[in-house]
Amino acid sequence: MSEIERHTYDVVVIGAGGAGLRAAIEARSNGKRTAIVCKSLFGKAHTVMAEGGIAAAMGNVNPHDNWQVHFRDTMRGGKFLNSWRMAELHAKEAPQRVWELETYGALFDRTPEGKISQRNFGGHEYPRLAHVGDRTGLELIRTLQQKIVSLQQEDFRNTGDYESYIKVFAECTITRLLTDDSGAIAGAFGYFRETGDFVTFEAPAVVLATGGIGKSFKVTSNSWEYTGDGHALAMRAGGTTLNMEFIQFHPTGMVWPPSVKGILVTESVRGDGGVLTNSEGTRFMFNYIPDVFKDKYATTPEEADRWYADPDNNRRPPELLPRDEVARAINSEVKAGRGTPNGGVYLDVSKRLPADVIRKKLPSMWHQFKELADVDITAQAMEVGPTCHYVMGGVEVDPDSGSAKVPGLFAAGEVSGGMHGSNRLGGNSLSDLLVFGRRAGLGASEYVDAMGDRRPKVTESMLVDAEAEALVPFTTDGGENPYSIHAELQQTMNDLVGIIRTESEMVDALEKLAAFRERVTRVSVVGGRAFNPGWHLALDLKNIIMVSECVAKSALERQESRGGHTRDDFPTLDPNWRKVNVVCRIDGDSVAIKQQPIIAMRPDLLGLFDVEELKKYLTAPELPNAELPNAELPNADLGKGDL
Amino acid sequence: MGYLAKFRVWRGDNEGGGLQDYAVEVNEGEVVLDIVHRLQATQTPDLAVRWNCKAGKCGSCSAEVNGRPRLMCMTRMSTFTEDEVITVTPMRTFPVIRDLVTDVSYNYEKARMVPSFAPPADLEPGDYRMAQIDVERSQEFRKCIECFLCNNTCHAVRDHEENKTSFSGPRFLMRIAELDMHPLDTVDRRQVAVEEHGIGYCNITKCCTDVCPEHIAITDNAIIPLKERVADKKYDPLFSIASLFRRNKDDRTAPPAAKV
Repeated sequence: MSEIERHTYDVVVIGAGGAGLRAAIEARSNGKRTAIVCKSLFGKAHTVMAEGGIAAAMGNVNPHDNWQVHFRDTMRGGKFLNSWRMAELHAKEAPQRVWELETYGALFDRTPEGKISQRNFGGHEYPRLAHVGDRTGLELIRTLQQKIVSLQQEDFRNTGDYESYIKVFAECTITRLLTDDSGAIAGAFGYFRETGDFVTFEAPAVVLATGGIGKSFKVTSNSWEYTGDGHALAMRAGGTTLNMEFIQFHPTGMVWPPSVKGILVTESVRGDGGVLTNSEGTRFMFNYIPDVFKDKYATTPEEADRWYADPDNNRRPPELLPRDEVARAINSEVKAGRGTPNGGVYLDVSKRLPADVIRKKLPSMWHQFKELADVDITAQAMEVGPTCHYVMGGVEVDPDSGSAKVPGLFAAGEVSGGMHGSNRLGGNSLSDLLVFGRRAGLGASEYVDAMGDRRPKVTESMLVDAEAEALVPFTTDGGENPYSIHAELQQTMNDLVGIIRTESEMVDALEKLAAFRERVTRVSVVGGRAFNPGWHLALDLKNIIMVSECVAKSALERQESRGGHTRDDFPTLDPNWRKVNVVCRIDGDSVAIKQQPIIAMRPDLLGLFDVEELKKYLTAPELPNAELPNAELPNADLGKGDL
Repeated sequence: MGYLAKFRVWRGDNEGGGLQDYAVEVNEGEVVLDIVHRLQATQTPDLAVRWNCKAGKCGSCSAEVNGRPRLMCMTRMSTFTEDEVITVTPMRTFPVIRDLVTDVSYNYEKARMVPSFAPPADLEPGDYRMAQIDVERSQEFRKCIECFLCNNTCHAVRDHEENKTSFSGPRFLMRIAELDMHPLDTVDRRQVAVEEHGIGYCNITKCCTDVCPEHIAITDNAIIPLKERVADKKYDPLFSIASLFRRNKDDRTAPPAAKV
């Protein structure tokens, strides 16, 4: 075995997007020596792609907004499958997390009174998204990055070393979590992409903040980094994932030109008045308002148009239904032959807003279409269609601390599961990163404190294994090219486990995935270890295959349609299926699943809904006693850190 | 629809390298990064390149295309003729790691030398009030995606390795201007702009503005106003005399920053 670089930290955060950076800030603020390990350069994480905004019930634009309304919207959006405790913490704490960003230097767009402006978004009852034009994710990542730098400057003033408390290990990929004999986290093992050299981090606590799994699908808004690393690392270390069948296909991705197919078109286009039409010029969303949302959305274009100026006396346009509904509607229109020549539908904001307002409110969309598609969105309609955007499922965690089922392992952000149930509302992701990033950083710090001086040991044999595993692709001669396997797998998932699913196709997909799993062991790479993307993909592929299996197996198990999981053979929502999560764990080389009951919602939270509405989601025995008063809202015991 | 393009890509590492020729398929609507990816997938799997979002938002795929600093993901193949040779080389100002990937740590070191945002100590979270018109000036600079094409282009460092110690390049002069124009910031960075970041090296040739993929008016809106503010402080005789007797906000120096 070669000499391996070693570092010792209290907390290792894997991933440098919104959740990872917020977790690191919290760990450092609790006196923990913290490493941030990320696959890309610092500041390039996928969070930068978030466009629309951060959902937080600050009530700056509509004073009727509050955490209870936000909680209700989140649960409805997720079709009541959400971890209600996470949804509660999220709705309560999001405003503080946004205000805190201002103390770090963030500059949000303002209301006329000088407060943070908030915009409308799908599924949110009131204007709720704090935003900076349509580049909110960039503002979030840069603000957190600059906060880390300011903490490093503070540490430099105190210790003479910028990196005495927080060090960023950029372009470093973790391939394994290390655990001790008791199964507790002892550290992490990986390689530097630049050199191909291996590195070991010894740490009692690891926070996973690795994002999603979009690279399992062909048409996706996600970058190369989204290979399900955190999901796979957690499962290999003995953890579990849940809700993996729920994949959000964002309704509006670019469809032309082919090379940019899948790149995101922000929901703000619809929030700011964009309408969807088919090739016949019909504003088709009026035909797709589901029963559960019947009384909340406008039924005529006239009412929908009035809503922009007078939201208190009109219902919202159906273009602003939750994402799963809009994505399915577009899919149906295209299948029915009413799509555009390039297989999408039209999204037009040019008839609604003057050109200069569009350029101001949606600058990066204007830029993106102009430069990549030769389309001027101030004068022409965009062509859009669904694109794989987000995985609702993820590592099973304790809502309050972010702790996974492995001692010392924590997860936050997209890699964790539960918060969004079967479908995430737009804008709830950035707030999720901040609320649960902070909580995971705190959870990890408290875990380390509770250990005292004890530290789980990393053994040499683990490192030997981990190194050998990572080098396998170099020792295989004449094997397959990792790029071809990846392309085939993405096509398989897109075709067979996509927006609309059916049993026979998923069975087929699982057979193919088993074959991919076998083929990936025979992949070979050419060239050396220094910055070799072929090698990097060969290693990431194992994670991609594992999470794809989780998705396909869970999707086959769940015999109903709900949120980001639509079964052709089971087209309706079934309240009996709301009572369980499908949970995945590792079983040999493969993935095993089981159904796990969901904890019943606390009565005071249940009391926030009308019984009539609950009847759409819950089984009869789960319904609250209709006599109970529901005006009383006890502030049930909140975890430490609630404000 | 598709055709075979002539690509010439720099291959090598910090020990040396050279241009290699490839014939590679191009389809409608593609950008240079698509072609680089096709080279990886079909001809040379170990070709090193950085990229993330593929939509001009993350600033990872910076390189020089036919000598011009550009994001590969935003450079459409339709801007070239079919028989044109397209040369892709790594950014010249930063040391090569491998192929199209360069060592951009210079930028992160400079970022760490800029004194951070410091709001008034007694201002509580949630109580920040700023007018839209006042935040817009800094917001323009916060559109920066840190592709570092401006720093790559700036002639003060592009062919002058020796200036890297004393000059931070347009990206970080703009960062200072951004903080300076933040309505609620309390730190005066004019002295560090001169002494630590070398604003005097900029002679406003506007090359940075020219290559900015975000179309930020770096020179006109950030650097020139900062130069003016620095000059006000340095050459105003009344100000200089007065500052001998009192220390006000403008005289407070920033926390010590390390030289690299």
